[in-house]
Amino acid sequence: MFSAQPVNQHNRQVEWLFRLLFGIMLTLLIIPVLLIIATLFHRGGSTLSLEFLFTFPSDGMTAGGVFPALLGTIWLVVVSLLASVPLGVAAAIYLSEYARQEHWLTRIINLATINLAGVPSIVHALFGLGAFVLFFRIGTSILAASLTLAVMTLPVVIVASWESLQAVPRSFREACWNMGATRWQTIRQVVLPNALTGILTGIILQVSRAAGETAPIMFTGAVFFLPFLPGSPFDQTMALALHLYTISTQVPDVPESLPFAVALLLVCIVLLMNATAIWFRMYLRGKKKW
Amino acid sequence: MVNLFRSANDDPHPPQSTAPGPKAPIQVAVRDLTIRYGNWPVLSDVTLDIRRHEIFGIIGPANSGKTSFLNALNRMDLLRPNMTVHGEIRFNGVDIRTWRNVYALRRMIGVVFPLPVGLPMTIYDNVALAPRLSGKNLDKTALDALVERCLRRAALWDEVKDRLHALGSLLSGGQQQRLTIARALSQEPQLLMLDEFSIAVDPVTTMRIEDVLKSLQEEMTIILVTNLVQQAQRLAHRTAFFLDGRCIEVGETEALFSGQVKNRRTREYIEGKFG
Amino acid sequence: MAQPHPTQSGDHLDGQWYVDKLFHGLMFLCGISAVLFVLGIFLFVFAEGAGFILKSLDWRQFLLSPRWMPTSSYNPTYGILALIAGTASITFLAMVVAVPFSLGAAIYIAEFAKGRTREVLKILIELLAAIPSVVWGFIGLAIMNPWIIQTFDEPIGLNILNCGIILGLMAAPIITSIAEDALKAVPDTYREAAEALGANRWQTIAQVVLPAAKNGLLAAVLLGVGRGFGETMAVLMASGHSINMPESIFDSVRALTATIAAELGETAVGSDHYQALFAIGIFLFTITFFINMTADWIIRGSKRG
Repeated sequence: MFSAQPVNQHNRQVEWLFRLLFGIMLTLLIIPVLLIIATLFHRGGSTLSLEFLFTFPSDGMTAGGVFPALLGTIWLVVVSLLASVPLGVAAAIYLSEYARQEHWLTRIINLATINLAGVPSIVHALFGLGAFVLFFRIGTSILAASLTLAVMTLPVVIVASWESLQAVPRSFREACWNMGATRWQTIRQVVLPNALTGILTGIILQVSRAAGETAPIMFTGAVFFLPFLPGSPFDQTMALALHLYTISTQVPDVPESLPFAVALLLVCIVLLMNATAIWFRMYLRGKKKW
Repeated sequence: MVNLFRSANDDPHPPQSTAPGPKAPIQVAVRDLTIRYGNWPVLSDVTLDIRRHEIFGIIGPANSGKTSFLNALNRMDLLRPNMTVHGEIRFNGVDIRTWRNVYALRRMIGVVFPLPVGLPMTIYDNVALAPRLSGKNLDKTALDALVERCLRRAALWDEVKDRLHALGSLLSGGQQQRLTIARALSQEPQLLMLDEFSIAVDPVTTMRIEDVLKSLQEEMTIILVTNLVQQAQRLAHRTAFFLDGRCIEVGETEALFSGQVKNRRTREYIEGKFG
Repeated sequence: MAQPHPTQSGDHLDGQWYVDKLFHGLMFLCGISAVLFVLGIFLFVFAEGAGFILKSLDWRQFLLSPRWMPTSSYNPTYGILALIAGTASITFLAMVVAVPFSLGAAIYIAEFAKGRTREVLKILIELLAAIPSVVWGFIGLAIMNPWIIQTFDEPIGLNILNCGIILGLMAAPIITSIAEDALKAVPDTYREAAEALGANRWQTIAQVVLPAAKNGLLAAVLLGVGRGFGETMAVLMASGHSINMPESIFDSVRALTATIAAELGETAVGSDHYQALFAIGIFLFTITFFINMTADWIIRGSKRG
């Protein structure tokens, strides 16, 4: 008994030491991010105002606001959602409700989804240019850029939707099937309504992803500067993310606070989206129906 | 047509069920039924007939293939990738394998599970789901009446009539079980299959449901899979004994329970020597 | 007994049956869309670069020459070796930065943190992943660049070091969350068995949990590498973007992705230069394809074993 004590104490010290070590590593990952966000606030915060959001850039983009870029980003995100959400949710429904898990086709679809998520964003841009802009003759436009974004964010929707569909207990489906419900009736009446909030969470995260993407929209529909607002999906547009790239690398003599304000705005949009998604998830947990 | 207008609760004297004779028409005819999961047989060479308006009991220890038998009857094998069914099952004389619209078949067969599943929708919607799915566009009053009738027959109405719009999945286990019975009745089925329904239900409610089943027998055929030998004795006109994936014996319940058995194992099981 | 007519038995195909068939088909079409898109990406990118790739591309020069001079008027050369070296050096440094910290963080979250703390830490890691790559690039440009110039007394702060750190921070959340999944997948019975034998927490982790999760951890690192290979905006903005065979971490380099992003807008559709950029796209697609496949194969292998 007594001889065991020093060993125990030694063990506890070792454990404590490693705990500290890993904790420090984790902290070192998180601290830079907090520092970065703080710096963005510090150097861009005073420029970021309602007026900044709602005025046009002026003096060769060295002054003024970001209104056309903000509006353009909203256009891009909304149109890409219109394409990717129905497609992605339906694909998830197929994978979760119809496909046999061990079937070779299911395996291939899963591999394709993984790969689609791993394709570099610039390759997505090449695809968008080759397919939507040139082959389908849509031209460089909001539509072409949004479709490119939609293909790129499709795996996010599929995976998030699939997970929330799988979270609906199988016994609910069985109960429905036994009552003579068709597969589609079961999905429509029981599975989808109960997976909806989870799917929405995935969509919010997808919005945050699409809003920050730059490479895929560069050659497919977004441009450095436009003196007017886009009026239809067939127009070109400015976008916030590309605007940040433009004013920080392409335009000379931009006052430092301007790109900081745009970066801060982008980060705020993304954080807001993520916070909403997190809040949604908590709300969901609180409102369990079974 | 099936008459659901009578309610068990209104009737002070639940009718004693009467067995349909051997000449009664056959509801379900099973020939050489073998069920496998992958290569593993769970039921082999079962041959039996279930007569119309009969309460047909199936007893046997766990893993004897009773539940798989029920699953085969309403073609749930279609939804289980590794479940295969061989042999012949005729429902109203038609081989169910030739049915093109299995959903229509399943709508004619009500199922009650051992562990009740209240769907995550209101109590009202739980019971109204089957009529809505079937495409019979009932109007509001007709639907209200049907829901009330089914809940009354399942001996649940008095407990939930003030909160029909509460979630069905949050009821107690016993209440959920009666909810699933009400749901099965709302299909107005020709055949009702109950799989060890009393597991999640207290004894008093069990007795009430048993009375309901006796009265339902006039309107539909009932297959009662039970782990309680006495329940089969109380309710079933004829009883089958399943053991290790085989149907050991089928006979008049009274005869079986008075010792007229062909197989020694049947008597031993009924007398509680194993299982 | 005569067989009753099927319709008398109640077997007829009603509206719901057709609706069900219709939706089954529809869901199937959407289900295979991911496959179609992956094939489509390969085909369209290949088709755009096909004329050049099949006719005038010298593969040996393409892969082995460090000279990327597409706009040279008398002798344009298309060698991507320097670009590969740029991408590789940045990715390598990023992994040096990200892997130890990510694995440490994953171990802390999976094995030490509990309840609320765990939730909060996971959320913070998620936020790290949410910051857009163009913002990371801007950070490299506006914060890291002056810091490196000042600290290391270098003329230019846009280099491998800058870009590697940025990319490391970007890859870290991916590696952390996949590694954490891998650690969580190790059954608790293993830990209990080790502790019953008298092992302390660290011994349990080092001798039982990590070996059991090693495939998942390897896959996590691989996916991090894939991310590094494919990252575009941050690399474009923070690497200095000059064609160099790197010799030190203070050298500016140029990456494969960044080259496409920077030059595609200035080339004429169908020109050799334009098609050469698509050839780089095919190269990137192929590399990331194999990285993802390998990672998936490793993860699946570890699940089966």
